[in-house]
Amino acid sequence: MLDKADGQIFTGNVRLVHAVGMHARPAVKLTKLAKKFQAQISVRVAGADEWINAKSVAKIMAMRAAHGSTIEIKASGSDAEAAVATLVNLIAADFPDEAS
Amino acid sequence: MQGGAAGLAYRGRTASIGFAHGPLVRVDSGTNGKRVAGTLVEEALALRHAIDIASGQIAELAAIAGGEAAQILEFQVALLEDEDLIEAIFAAVGEGDPADVAWRLALDAQIADYDSAEDDYLKARSSDLADLRDRVITILRGGEGQSLKIPSGAIVCADDLPPSRFLEIDWSAGGGLALLRGSPTSHVAMLARARSIPMVVQLGAIPKVGATALLDGEGGTLELDPSAEQVRLFEKRRESHRKIRASARAILRRPTASWRGERIKLFINIQAVGDLEHADAQYADGIGLMRTEFLLTQRSGPPDEETQFQAYDAAMRWADRRPVTIRTFDAGGDKPVPGFTLEGEANPFLGVRGLRLCLARPEIFVTQLRALARAAVRGNLKVMFPMVTSADELEAGRKLFADVVQRLQADGVAAMLPELGIMVEVPAAALAVASFKASFFSIGSNDLAQYVLACDRSNGALAPLMDPLHPAVLELIARTAEHGRRAGMSVSLCGDMASDPRCLPALLNCGLRELSVNASTLAQVKQTIDRLSSGGGLG
Repeated sequence: MLDKADGQIFTGNVRLVHAVGMHARPAVKLTKLAKKFQAQISVRVAGADEWINAKSVAKIMAMRAAHGSTIEIKASGSDAEAAVATLVNLIAADFPDEAS
Repeated sequence: MQGGAAGLAYRGRTASIGFAHGPLVRVDSGTNGKRVAGTLVEEALALRHAIDIASGQIAELAAIAGGEAAQILEFQVALLEDEDLIEAIFAAVGEGDPADVAWRLALDAQIADYDSAEDDYLKARSSDLADLRDRVITILRGGEGQSLKIPSGAIVCADDLPPSRFLEIDWSAGGGLALLRGSPTSHVAMLARARSIPMVVQLGAIPKVGATALLDGEGGTLELDPSAEQVRLFEKRRESHRKIRASARAILRRPTASWRGERIKLFINIQAVGDLEHADAQYADGIGLMRTEFLLTQRSGPPDEETQFQAYDAAMRWADRRPVTIRTFDAGGDKPVPGFTLEGEANPFLGVRGLRLCLARPEIFVTQLRALARAAVRGNLKVMFPMVTSADELEAGRKLFADVVQRLQADGVAAMLPELGIMVEVPAAALAVASFKASFFSIGSNDLAQYVLACDRSNGALAPLMDPLHPAVLELIARTAEHGRRAGMSVSLCGDMASDPRCLPALLNCGLRELSVNASTLAQVKQTIDRLSSGGGLG
């Protein structure tokens, strides 16, 4: 279970360009994609106190990330680096349909 | 032969345009049954079972519905697969809560959170959660097999209707939806518009009687057990709507409207950001009047800068490069706002309203100006002040605005002073229009007419006198248009006159070349102008 990548934390920042902010459709896409990774993934609106589990659609919606806000992502676990890169891409590309 | 409700008419808000005449069917949420809780293990198993069944039902619905509806249902499936949410509910069951109680408490907490949102879109999501809550509870109470028995073509009346219930109903023979609460921005409203099912929301309290009903999704009315005369009038409205739609749609798609070779610009009036979802809005030349009073009706008091910026920015993004004219808060008169407007004025229409009130309450006004200054850098924004009487008021507003921009820029925030204009609705402003250093003018014909004619426009007894085509009103409109033409400044009209086919010839003859109307009347206005241009009558 222990892997040499364990314990290392990868991070990323991306601006939310989606017109209405982090609403139902983007939140569903984000959590679905996050669940494809083993890594523990957390997100927050830049500067917020609390990190949110990226695999919980209820919590992502409750985050109320607005259009134009910056989303911070951090992940730890075997595929953490890929997870961060993939989620950053998803948000930067405005949640394209083919990514789901 | 008819009950106590015969002929009664109720007014609500339009969520989807169309007409329906059929049996009235009431639908209640149906989660009031009793349930006896089992042991801890039985409860956990019952909940797991109910969640699995609900997942399957929703997936099945999504497969039938497809498209947008499927995406709406996907959100519900994602919630059922949300381990953080579900595990907390199982933990509550493990500590002795019955399955239905634990489930309801958790979902109600989520629903309350969405209901408290300032954002209409988020607020509207709470009905998706209520849908999911009720579905699982119904299954827990053993009612999983029940489906709605709705005769085809029925007018379905409910407090609110969740999207999955909407999809379970067979709409192939038409019908309509009459909601006592509900919202035009809800998912179910989006579904109704997509399927052209007429829908009226916010009808308020309606007696539990009535066998048949007429639903007019254009006028936003519901009539119970109508008389023959009501049915006749209803069919007339339906027929004229059908004819107008058919011929107007073709004209609407033409790139521009013109009259005697001159370009006529047609803009839309919006009350809230959600109005931009109207299917015809895209054909407008821009937004001619965005009202901002909807921001003042939040329970939590005056809206903060960010909430306002989001609303203005949403309109800017929709418009892309097209102009967006936003009117600053126009409270007072017949639009009192607790905590903002003054109480106890003997004559509020002649009182501290519009810009007068904003200048008297700079702390509220400055927040709006900050949000507008930030939105101005995002596109073609124009800002206008309502209820302006003297040039000094415009300059006082301009100075406040310029100070706001300077402070924002000093703090490194992207901001700029947009084009500033005024509403021409006080006769003094129309008569002395040349004294205003405004970049544009927008004639508010409703208030202008009531002030010129000395008729309270909310007083039905004065309706025959309240004639917007009175020569005195037209004279002021013509003067304002003439000033704009000479000074090379834009003059538009955004009152009800602009969407009244009988008034259009007079407005064009007064020299107006820009009109702003509700999106739902855009097609008809464009069609009327087209007919007038080709020498035809009003039809």
